[in-house]
Amino acid sequence: MEIEILARLQFAFTIAFHYIYPPLSIGLGLIMVIFESLYIRTKNPDYHILAKFWTKIFALTFGIGVVTGIVMEFEFGTNWAVYSRYVGDIFGSALAAEGIFAFALESGFLGILLFGWNRVKPLVHLISTIGVFLGSMFSAVWIVVANSWQQTPAGYHIVGTGFNARAEITDFWAMVFNPSSVDRLTHVWLGAFLSGAFLVMSVHAYYLVKGRHLDISKRAFKIALVVATVVSLGQLFTGHQSADGVAVNQPAKLAALEGHFEANAPADMYLFGYVDKENQTVNGLKIPGGLSFLISNNFDTPVKGLNAFPEDERPSQVNAIFQFYHLMVIIGISLIGLTLYASYLWLRGRLFDKRWLLYVFVFAAILPQIANQVGWFAAEMGRQPWVVYGLLRTSEAFSQSVSANQIVFSLVLFALVYLLLFILFIYLLNKKIKHGPDDGTTKTDWPMTEQINVAITKNH
Amino acid sequence: METFLGIDYPTLWYLVVGGLFSGYAILDGFDFGAGAWHLFFKQENSRRIALNAVGPVWDGNEVWLVIGGGALFAGFPVVYATLFSSMYIPFMLFLLFIIFRAISIEFRSKEEMLWWRKTWDIGYSVSSIMLAFLLGVVLGNVLQGIAIGENYSYHESGFFEFLNPYSLLVGFTTLFLFMSHGAIYLLLKTEGRLYAKLTIFVKRSMILFMVSFSITTIYTLLYIPHLSDAFLSNPILFIMPLFTFLGIANVNRLAHKKKYGWAFFFSSLTIGFLLSLVAIELYPMLLFSTIDPVYSIDIYKAASSTKSLKTMLIIVAIGAPLVLAYTLFVYMTFRGKVKLDETSY
Ligand code: HDD
Ligand code: HEM
Ligand code: HEM
Repeated sequence: MEIEILARLQFAFTIAFHYIYPPLSIGLGLIMVIFESLYIRTKNPDYHILAKFWTKIFALTFGIGVVTGIVMEFEFGTNWAVYSRYVGDIFGSALAAEGIFAFALESGFLGILLFGWNRVKPLVHLISTIGVFLGSMFSAVWIVVANSWQQTPAGYHIVGTGFNARAEITDFWAMVFNPSSVDRLTHVWLGAFLSGAFLVMSVHAYYLVKGRHLDISKRAFKIALVVATVVSLGQLFTGHQSADGVAVNQPAKLAALEGHFEANAPADMYLFGYVDKENQTVNGLKIPGGLSFLISNNFDTPVKGLNAFPEDERPSQVNAIFQFYHLMVIIGISLIGLTLYASYLWLRGRLFDKRWLLYVFVFAAILPQIANQVGWFAAEMGRQPWVVYGLLRTSEAFSQSVSANQIVFSLVLFALVYLLLFILFIYLLNKKIKHGPDDGTTKTDWPMTEQINVAITKNH
Repeated sequence: METFLGIDYPTLWYLVVGGLFSGYAILDGFDFGAGAWHLFFKQENSRRIALNAVGPVWDGNEVWLVIGGGALFAGFPVVYATLFSSMYIPFMLFLLFIIFRAISIEFRSKEEMLWWRKTWDIGYSVSSIMLAFLLGVVLGNVLQGIAIGENYSYHESGFFEFLNPYSLLVGFTTLFLFMSHGAIYLLLKTEGRLYAKLTIFVKRSMILFMVSFSITTIYTLLYIPHLSDAFLSNPILFIMPLFTFLGIANVNRLAHKKKYGWAFFFSSLTIGFLLSLVAIELYPMLLFSTIDPVYSIDIYKAASSTKSLKTMLIIVAIGAPLVLAYTLFVYMTFRGKVKLDETSY
């Protein structure tokens, strides 16, 4: 039991830390591709400056994403040995494909993206940027497919029993397109775009508030705003698709998401609330019959509640799951409101007139980050007590030969190193933002750099 | 058992994994090696040049680890799970040093302060040394056998059991091999005084490697019979160690003649030979149980289903040429001596 808790703690901690960075890398990748394409089309040097500036921040998120990701890959073997043996046949091919198609593409072109500005033509550079961006999109594909298989297994059969039981692939494409892959992948992608777009808006709103880099900041803000507006609306749609899928494939999870206990009754939908597990009630603001309506377009349709499942086949942390899920949805709706309002002001030509709105955008960058985190927590905790839904229990999946001491040892080390990593990340992010894009409006503190920059701009 | 070109699928995948690990050792080998020398360079400029020699490529090199790990997971999940959970501490340390090294490279040149740069220089060098060493240690344990019991359980007798004489030997051998490999790589990338200094480093590390490699070989022949068996029963295989020795001698000769491009090529080849040697010694076994041979895990016991292996071989067949193509493209773009500019570390 103790080992199980520790192993889960370690996994949750390391993956949650990893997942700060991938969404930023994917989202910034998209924005950089847009900037660079615009530069090639319009030859306006502002876009070139923007692309270079964001590449530096991208390098930071990407670097940390890579090292924390390597930890994840090995952790399956070190801490979840039984699980790894069980799913290796299925999961392995997804991970191997990820390695070959995605990571190699990303990391291969990364060198040119970061160091190649003066070595290759703008078009070749754009192609490299696209390569890195596509690579990060692909890597999300394989890893989310693998995770989705774990949520809604398909295209497999079980061979062996006891310790030798394992899932074997029978149909590769059924495994890839398992019932939840597409919904969840699109949802994860859009979540990543939001992270990137909101960070871009945040930084440029900060410059606008400070009165620095005004021209290019307005440009950049508007581009990111277009992305963010479209994507936040899309996120509502893909989230809804996911919820529909959960209703069909993981009814116990759905019941936990809305704190619905009665075995067979119409279910409400909450805007927010608090789950009282003892009394099996939720206190909060609700749309009566809302969940029934969401699923079947009818407010009175009965929905399977938690009590319909045996005690040991339903998630136990109902309130946590409920809160995580509702936080995500509230953030989703806020992002839609915020971006629509800003777009409306833009149409009226008053986008940059309201200082308070710029301040809101400075801080809003944290919202998609939170939504991404709590979304995963809701999805993963809602899957409990299963690691592989309906097939393998979390309590059976961890490494039998690893001792609690060993896990504590590594957990403490990771906590320290990740803390250091995080401090450095914030410190350097802050430094790069303070330094700003090299658009000639600020003096650089490094004369060498300035000379080289002059030389480069002359060459172009 | 189904076969393709007369070779069964687990064996094919064994070759794929072996190829990936060799690629990884050759590539990250030179950048760990280069890092191991870092503190021996005294001037700021030398350190920056040495760092930027691996700057554009180290991340791409590490991908081989990711793919190799994925391939092991995919093809031999039983070994992936058993090996990683039994070698828990060394793998955790390995991961921590991977992180440390990456941070050091990334952050070193971001501030001008002397203490800042010194700290990261030490971080970079120490983690490079430890990574090379730990890879060797794990390899040593694999070669020697692991205390695997029933149901893949691992019976450790202490927190630091992974540090035993043989694994230490293999650890140092690996470190010295990577150091000479890395020094040769740096020679290709540098000029002037730094270059002159490196020529001496190459010689020294080469000697250290030869010595520790010989001791390891003797130890293996004397004390680890299950490894020498493959050779004794099939003497033609002695060609491989022969090649290895020839390869090393040749690297020496070329280094002496200052043909460093070729020296690097042969140094890479030598690493490849060494790992082929390991592969031959092991085949078809992957993990020897030191408790009872019935618990040993061979490729057939460890392999994924034939269907899965087939799917993955198709993936590799499509993916590998692509990977090769853009790796070459990147190395071509950054070929030649290091020139520092404003995008450098
Ligand atoms: C939605 C996307 C996503 C998710 C859910 C995950 N990752 Fe990740 N991962 C990425 C998206 C990503 C990325 C965008 O491709 C990264 C992060 C930032 C980056 O630089 O590459 C990356 C890096 C990265 C790397 C380093 C790759 C390299 O060397 O380039 C590894 C080995 C993993 N990840 C493995 C994992 C594992 C085993 C996960 C699950 C437990 C996982 N990632 C979750
Ligand atoms: C990147 C986003 C992800 C986040 C934030 C996340 C979050 C979590 C959390 C919080 C837990 C612990 C659940 C609990 O203790 O109740 C967990 C467990 C786990 N997740 Fe995820 N997860 C992510 C992605 C993945 C992916 C992509 C996979 C597999 C492909 C995966 C596989 C697992 C496994 C094997 C466990 C351990 C068993 C368990 O506790 O359920 N996770 N994850
Ligand atoms: C707008 C309203 C939203 C709804 C209705 C919604 C719905 C859902 C549902 C039902 C799940 C669980 C899927 C499953 O377990 O299979 C989920 C997961 C998730 N959500 Fe949302 N979501 C919304 C907004 C957002 C936003 C704004 C973000 C991020 C910016 C986000 C990020 C995530 C992530 C990362 C996951 C975990 C991965 C997954 O399971 O797909 N969501 N969401």
